[in-house]
Amino acid sequence: MNDKVLMRGTHIIGETAVRSGCRFYAGYPITPQNELTEYMAGAIAKLKDGTFIQAESEIAAVNMVIGASMAGARAMTSSSSPGISLKQEGISFLAAQELPAVIVNSMRGGPGLGNIAPTQGDYFQATRGGGHGDYRCIVLAPAYSQELADITRRAFEYADRFTTPVMILIDGMMGQMMEPVVFPEPIDPRELPPKSWVLDGAKGRPSRIIKSLILDVVKEEEHNWKLYRKYENIKKEIQEAETYLTEDAKLVVIAYGTAARIAKGAIKRVRDIGLKVGLLRPLSLWPFPRRILDDTSRFVKEFLVYEMNTGQMVEDVELALKRSSEIHFYGRPGGIVSTPDEIAKVITSLYYRRHLEED
Amino acid sequence: MAKKVLKGMIIIDSELCKGCGLCISVCPHEMINVSEVLNEKGYYPAQFKGSSKEDNACTGCATCAIICPDVAIEVYRER
Amino acid sequence: MTAQLVFKRPRYLKKTVFHYCPGCGHSIIHRLVAEVIEELGIGEITIGVPPAGCAVLAYDYFDVDMGEAPHGRGPAVATGIKRMLPDRIVFSYQGDGDIAAIGTAETIHAANRGENITVIFVNNSCYGMTGGQMAPTTVVGQESTTTPGGRDIKRDGAPIDLSEMLALARGSVYIERTSVNSIKNIVKTKKALTKAFKIQMSGLGFSLVEILSPCPTNWKLSPLDSCKWIDETITQTFPLKVIKDETIKTEL
Repeated sequence: MNDKVLMRGTHIIGETAVRSGCRFYAGYPITPQNELTEYMAGAIAKLKDGTFIQAESEIAAVNMVIGASMAGARAMTSSSSPGISLKQEGISFLAAQELPAVIVNSMRGGPGLGNIAPTQGDYFQATRGGGHGDYRCIVLAPAYSQELADITRRAFEYADRFTTPVMILIDGMMGQMMEPVVFPEPIDPRELPPKSWVLDGAKGRPSRIIKSLILDVVKEEEHNWKLYRKYENIKKEIQEAETYLTEDAKLVVIAYGTAARIAKGAIKRVRDIGLKVGLLRPLSLWPFPRRILDDTSRFVKEFLVYEMNTGQMVEDVELALKRSSEIHFYGRPGGIVSTPDEIAKVITSLYYRRHLEED
Repeated sequence: MAKKVLKGMIIIDSELCKGCGLCISVCPHEMINVSEVLNEKGYYPAQFKGSSKEDNACTGCATCAIICPDVAIEVYRER
Repeated sequence: MTAQLVFKRPRYLKKTVFHYCPGCGHSIIHRLVAEVIEELGIGEITIGVPPAGCAVLAYDYFDVDMGEAPHGRGPAVATGIKRMLPDRIVFSYQGDGDIAAIGTAETIHAANRGENITVIFVNNSCYGMTGGQMAPTTVVGQESTTTPGGRDIKRDGAPIDLSEMLALARGSVYIERTSVNSIKNIVKTKKALTKAFKIQMSGLGFSLVEILSPCPTNWKLSPLDSCKWIDETITQTFPLKVIKDETIKTEL
């Protein structure tokens, strides 16, 4: 299947996961990502060496992933906002125990039960821990179906490379979108490099322990700094963002995922009437692509952050750029999916309010 | 039929013992008592009374070791 | 005297002082599990999942691969390990809060799915590590730090018969309740553990051994009196017996 295929977003993630050697999936039905769970059930049933479990709860699912990861498998779970809330302790444990795993969040309306429409309301939850303790989760935000495949492959690689959990952040719309995609070559998990810390029975070697309890405060501080150094290294290695028409821009929109696609449509419209507007689209939300933001802010001083929430990523942009630039925000929470026209109007009105048409 | 009389002996690791007294309560031959010397953890450990062959009634039944929570007792039996 | 060493520390128990209290049942049970693993020759292929609770440090004692689970999630973590490594022996070692309060769903569903794991349920009728609060298996009238005056059904609810409930789970194969409060019961517990691990080795399904365990510190009794108290009081609510044994049917 290496030609272009038309496939829905959730299925693309599932197919790529299996092609990336993922042999353990546990999940719980929750809209709008049920198709991913169902796809994994079908795909794994066709393999001889995989396990699919519809777990009794979101919590059980993430804990099964912990176990599968301890056993050396590429393991994945997926859910949507409230279910991801339930998984937070598990994610904290994955980070603390330095276990690789991939978690997919298809964001929906919130807080609480919310609704099943697409939003970006879980940015804080994803990038600010969500779970307890001093840890970070690598967070990747695709916007196109091809990226769903590319990022899913990268997610498993990052997880193994940095022995840390990785979250793929999408929304319901992206999960349902169908676009052509070319899948990466399948990997045989048995050909992956062996992991030196796996719990598979102490035959011919000393017994191993995977734990996160460190009662000795000196040792726990050491462990926290060790994780910190890992995250600093990840920050150096992973800085992913796409820039679109920013070279001559007077105003740059910052948006990710579905919001970025809408913004791109809006930018095409305003460019048609002569406004110099560009787009900076983060692909890694943690680490936040500071370097690319800083580079862009050397020649652009006005930014409009557009999110499908009441303002979360905008805080990261402000942290990065407030001293050098004007940061504006436009948000629609609750599952509203703006049209490019709406965003074009917002951009246009801001552009003229800020007198950006003058040189 | 002559009854085979086993002779036994136990070694109590006084630094593992926590003085819980369970071995003393189950020994069928009352061959264990409490030491008057504290161990490093601050417990009065159990001690084996069989100091000489004459007053050693231990048969190596290992009942003490079976109930000892701290695996503090090794049991020897004469064949 | 040409003496033969007839009882010593089992191979799979590290030579270290247990942090458990004097007279604690965990210590005895750890030793029994290590003995069984050695006698069955499975030490090199066993992976254990310790709980949150007094036995959280079990990985310091068992000389086998050990993977820590969040509180209550042992059966889920064990499921993940066993499904990925079906030819290894996986056990989850849990206290009563871990297995019957926060972890109830994971326990029931692992049993229901018939996961081929062995669960060791250490029941001391209280939350030991956190200082003696009520547990799901605290018996009526039993004092605890959160049941002043003793557990009262109206205020605190009745104790839970988790092992009896698990017998209804279709995937459960063998469930027995034993104790380690006497030599006789310790010997029975070891037999039950051996059977449970053998069931896993034969791929027959989910096995669980519930072990009534003395907790002198939180019961405020001496080790010896704790053992007696299990006979006098706890077994009135939680009788020692084989609760389910599907292997009898298969043998017939």
